[in-house]
Amino acid sequence: MKMTITEKILAKSAGKTFVEPGQNIWLNVDVLMTHDVCGPPTFEIWKREFGEAAKIWDKNKLVIFPDHYIFTKNPQANRNVSILREFANEYGIENYYDVGTDRYKGVCHLALAEEGYDLPGTVLFGTDSHTCTSGAFGMFATGVGNTDAAFILGTGKIWEKVPESMKFIFEGELPPYIMAKDLILRILGDITTDGATYRAMEFDGEGVFSLSMTERMTLTNMAIEAGGMNGIINADAVTEAYVKERTNKEYEIFTSDTDAKYHSIKKYKTAELEPVVAKPHSPDNMGTVRSVAGTKLTKCYIGSCTGGKLSDFQAAAKILLGNQVKTSTFIVPASTEVQSALEEETISGISLKDIFEKAGCIIAESSCAACLGGPADTVGRAKDNEVVISTTNRNFPGRMGSRQSEVYLASPLTVAASAITGVITDPRDFL
Amino acid sequence: MEKILEGKAFVLSNNVDTDQIIPAEHLVYSLSDPEEKKMYGKYALSSVPMEKSGLPNGGIKYVEAEKFETEFPIIIGGANFGCGSSREHAPFALQIAGTKVIIAESYARIFFRNAVDGGFVIPYESVDKLNDKIKTGDEVQINLEKNVLKNVTTNEEFKLKPLGDILPILEAGNLFEYARQTDMIA
Repeated sequence: MKMTITEKILAKSAGKTFVEPGQNIWLNVDVLMTHDVCGPPTFEIWKREFGEAAKIWDKNKLVIFPDHYIFTKNPQANRNVSILREFANEYGIENYYDVGTDRYKGVCHLALAEEGYDLPGTVLFGTDSHTCTSGAFGMFATGVGNTDAAFILGTGKIWEKVPESMKFIFEGELPPYIMAKDLILRILGDITTDGATYRAMEFDGEGVFSLSMTERMTLTNMAIEAGGMNGIINADAVTEAYVKERTNKEYEIFTSDTDAKYHSIKKYKTAELEPVVAKPHSPDNMGTVRSVAGTKLTKCYIGSCTGGKLSDFQAAAKILLGNQVKTSTFIVPASTEVQSALEEETISGISLKDIFEKAGCIIAESSCAACLGGPADTVGRAKDNEVVISTTNRNFPGRMGSRQSEVYLASPLTVAASAITGVITDPRDFL
Repeated sequence: MEKILEGKAFVLSNNVDTDQIIPAEHLVYSLSDPEEKKMYGKYALSSVPMEKSGLPNGGIKYVEAEKFETEFPIIIGGANFGCGSSREHAPFALQIAGTKVIIAESYARIFFRNAVDGGFVIPYESVDKLNDKIKTGDEVQINLEKNVLKNVTTNEEFKLKPLGDILPILEAGNLFEYARQTDMIA
């Protein structure tokens, strides 16, 4: 029987030869990831439910990244990081990446890839909706709540309904003014925020396979914004090169059968696409950048698991090189590895860090920061009725802080171009 | 599990996301400390835009200022209720605020799982769109055996979709109780 990549991985994880959409199955989990917001309540539920005899099913499969509320004076937020630290100490969790040490990584979804936890063919659950990011590696990855995570922590198992798959094909390599962010915002505009609820979103075509791993991660990252259970891309040589550079762990590559059954197949010609934004207050409120060009901005933000990867900053720096920003612009590298790379990577012999500093940007430390607002002292948090353009993933009311603020989501190219002019600007004006 | 749930309805629009249900700045509070966890009740649905808070007219807070519990135990939503983040704090905040049941046309996957597996609130699906047929403050009654919602104020009845596969988990109390009852865990 023919299967999609998602179905093949789920079948393997459930110990079956075949699964089909709608079937409820129990999965064996390869990695469980948690962070400072959901780790503490997850551990509490695990202790409450399993009692004195509570045992972690496999210590090597639990990965903990403090990343959400790190550089804050908020006492409860700091306490939550302390709880992670104490838990890691008490149970001897080696895959703990503590704040204030050189092991600190930053945003979990990028850190999972950088540290070699993203492996083709595996099943990863995380207490974060953007766990779907890891699907860029040809694996099944999805978000769950604390109760489900606590259940996994004690048993290594969780139930899941096999999703139907939707396929999105991008024909042709991307034009230089289009990024993965434009592709996913376009899909969201077309299918809306519940267009993929309980389904797998599979990305395919030359437009996808010509992308770097980090650009591919932008696509899978926002599958959740359409309600998707997971986003996924078949692994290829680019995937294998990235993985082998970071780990010698074994993995198995699964790919979709050419005649597998899909809920729907949607095709786009990349040459016909335009840079787009998601207007306030929903990621599916899509419009071309030109349709909102000239909108006055008070803040520009480049960061997060969606838009704070090295490829995002390379794109932004290309535009910002030799220019000055007109409005306050925040550069928040998703991971400490990206933070270091800003000093090493150059354009015309100038480091990305120098390019951003000379342009007048504010460079902050790696964490989730203002993508989700965070405590009142979070760097880049939206205040009052600010108008923000951001490379992040959500622009729900109050998402980046103030409930009165307006947030436009866009690619790093579009945000950089807008930073120079102080109004929403099509990146083609600078390329 | 109670078979009849009744109380005042609170009506919301489509796509009520988890940032509206419990804004991220409040996720720092403990979910077990008796004093701290009350804060989740205080801030439940606090980021819903005021014009959409308590339809059809809006302008009604789900939990009044300085209070920790709502006077509306039944939420009537639209499509895609609970979209956005995976925070289990969202259905938890509703439970702490005193929500007993949500009736919506559809739910986002993670919110739905969290509501059921944690045993926080019952996520019922309506057959028809109801958030334009019921007004905030209407007295409604939900019959879990008959899968019917009765608007006591207007004397209208609406069908609900049977809870199906998730009913045994809700009846057990949460995923862990269900797993114990079915000998999946000790």
